[in-house]
Amino acid sequence: MATPMLRWCCPGRRWIFAGIGGGSRHGRGVPTGSTSSGKKGQSSVAQQPLITAQKPRKGEREWAAVVGLEIHAQIASNSKLFSGSQVDFAAPPNSLVSFFDASLPGTLPVLNRRCVEAAVMTGLALDCHINRKSLFDRKHYFYADLPAGYQITQQRLPIAVNGSLAYSVCVGKRWSQMVTRTVGVKQIQLEQDSGKSLHDNLRSQTLIDLNRAGVGLLEVVLEPDMSCGEEAAAAVRELQLILQALGTSQANMAEGQLRVDANISVHHPGEPLGVRTEVKNLNSARFLAKAIDYEIQRQISELENGGKILNETRSFDYKLGCTVPMRDKEGKQDYRFMPEPNLPPLLLYDSGSLPTGADPQQVIDIDQLRERLPELPRVTREKLVRQYGMLPEHSFALLNEVGLLEFFQNVIKETRAEPKKVTSWVLNTFLGFLKQQNLAVSESPVTPSALAELLDLLDRKAISSSAAKQVTDVKKGNPRAINKLIGLVRRATLGRADPTVIKEVLERQLSS
Amino acid sequence: MWARAVWLGLRASAGGRRGFPSKAAHQGSRRVTAELIEHLERLALVDFGSQEAVARLEKAIAFADRLRAVDTDGVEPMESVLEDRCLYLRSDNVVEGNCAEELLQNSHRVVEEYFVAPPGNISWPKLDEKEPFSHR
Repeated sequence: MATPMLRWCCPGRRWIFAGIGGGSRHGRGVPTGSTSSGKKGQSSVAQQPLITAQKPRKGEREWAAVVGLEIHAQIASNSKLFSGSQVDFAAPPNSLVSFFDASLPGTLPVLNRRCVEAAVMTGLALDCHINRKSLFDRKHYFYADLPAGYQITQQRLPIAVNGSLAYSVCVGKRWSQMVTRTVGVKQIQLEQDSGKSLHDNLRSQTLIDLNRAGVGLLEVVLEPDMSCGEEAAAAVRELQLILQALGTSQANMAEGQLRVDANISVHHPGEPLGVRTEVKNLNSARFLAKAIDYEIQRQISELENGGKILNETRSFDYKLGCTVPMRDKEGKQDYRFMPEPNLPPLLLYDSGSLPTGADPQQVIDIDQLRERLPELPRVTREKLVRQYGMLPEHSFALLNEVGLLEFFQNVIKETRAEPKKVTSWVLNTFLGFLKQQNLAVSESPVTPSALAELLDLLDRKAISSSAAKQVTDVKKGNPRAINKLIGLVRRATLGRADPTVIKEVLERQLSS
Repeated sequence: MWARAVWLGLRASAGGRRGFPSKAAHQGSRRVTAELIEHLERLALVDFGSQEAVARLEKAIAFADRLRAVDTDGVEPMESVLEDRCLYLRSDNVVEGNCAEELLQNSHRVVEEYFVAPPGNISWPKLDEKEPFSHR
C-alpha cells in the first residue's frame, strides 16, 4: 500500500518520504505558533518562519508539530528536600532513608533551605517571576516506590512562573548557520523524587530502593513553543549548561539527574492543535531528539492513514527506537490534589520587604541571591566572542565540553600567540585528539602550559605548524616522530641549533 | 429535605469556586452513582462493600455540603490553619538515614536489602468483573 506523502515542517529539518506518484520531494515548511486556541492553550510565541522551498502538490498538506517539555532536575544538595538523609546516587540500597522518607507514621516534612535557594536561583536565571508566596500540595497515586501514596509538589502556586529560555539551533547544512530561539518557561516547582524500582520479571516482583525517595527536584515546565526533536534537544542542552553553571543541579542525564518528559502533538498549520501524547523516559541526551521525532512521525503516519491519536502516555524503547504505550497508565489519572496540611505557605523576601530582626537563617532574600548569581553560559559566550573575536559557534563548542573553557583560558594566559590561533588549535587539534583517544579534558596528557609553549614556538616560527601537529603524534606514542621533529627544528633554525639541546627542549615539553 | 438540598445546590452555583475543582460541586444531594463508587475505590483503595457504606458516604457528603450555607464571596480561601506560621527552613546537613536494617524489618518480604513489591500496580477489577458487594 502506497504511503501518502508526508511533509513535516521543522526549521532546519528536511523530511523525505516515498510517496504517491513516485519520487521523493523535500522542502522546508513553515512551523507555526500562530494558533492560540486549542487543547494546550499554547502561548503565541512566534516561531521564525522559513521560506517554503516548494509549493505543496495538490491534495498534499503540511504538518506542524508542537513539542512541550517537563524537565526534572535533581537539586545538588547534601540532604533531601524534606528530610535530613543524604543525597547520593551510589550507596547501599535503603541506607540513605530516614523514617520520613519511608513514610512511617508520625513523621513530618521539614523544608531544606538550600533547595529553596536552588529554585529561586534557577528562576532568576530563567527570567521568571518569583512568587513571594508559594504553596505545597499532595499529588496522590499508588506505586510501590512512593511509600506515602502521594508526592509533595507545588501544583497550585509554584515558586517561579513566566520565564524564558534562549537556545541556539543550526539551520541549514553548516554548523555556522546558527539562530537563537526562545521557549517560554511556564513554571518551576519544587517536588519530591520517588524511590527506584528494579523490575525482576523472572520472579514476578519489583525490588524497591528508597535512597532516591524524597530527593529534591526542580520541575521546569517549558511551553509548547518547540516544533521538533532538534529544538527540544537544544533547549534541554542549554538548560543543562545553565543548571551546571548555577550549581543548582549537576544535570547529568546518564546519572538520572536530569529527566525529560515530552508532550507532543501535530496539526495542519492554521488548524487547531491536535491531541497530544506524553512521552516519558527520555533520559538520554542522544535519544531525546530521536524519540521526539519518532513520535511526531508516528502521529503524522497515524493521522494520514485515517487513524486517531489517543491522549495517552508512551515510553521510548531505546532498543527498538520507537515509542510504546505505557501499560500502567490506564485512562486519565485523577491525582486528587490537596494542600499539604503539614507545611505553611513558603514566603520569600527581597531587600525591600525583609522583616526586621528576623533570623537570617530563616529568611530568604531574593535580591541577595540575584547578586550572587554566577555568570550564565550565554554571557560567557558573548564575552568570548567580544574579547577574542571568535565566531559564535566556537564559543558554543568551548562551553560544550567539560573543562574545555578553563583549558582554553589557561592557554591564553600563558601564550603570546593570537587568540584566534589558540581557538583554532584548542577546538580542532586538541579537541580532535581528545575525541580520538576518548579522553575527557581532565584526562588530557597535554597540559595548557605545554600547548601554550608549543604555540609560542609556532608563533616565533621556530617550528612549522606541521611539526607542531606531530607533537600530538608523539603524545600518542610514536617515538620516531621526535627524531623527525629534531630534524625540522634544525632546519627551521637554519642548522644553528644544537640537536642535543633541541632534543632536550622537546622532551621537556612533551613530558610535561 | 429534598427541597432544602436543591436550595443549597442553587446557592452553591451562585458562589465563586477557587482551588481544586470539586466533583461534588453543584450536586446537592444527588445519589452517588456506581461509577463514582468504582472510581473512588480505585483511587483510594477503599472498599465500599455494602449499600450501607454507600449510604454513609452520601450522608457524609450532605453533611459537608452544609458549608455552602456560608457566603464566601470575595473571601480569600484559607488553605491551612498554619498560614500565620513561618515555614521553618532547615540547614542542608545530613543528620539522618543509615537505618536500613530497622526499616527493612517492617517489610513482609525482603531481598538483599531491597523491599519486595508486586510487579507494577495490580489492576483493580472493572465494575462488571466484580461481585456485587463482595468482601475482600
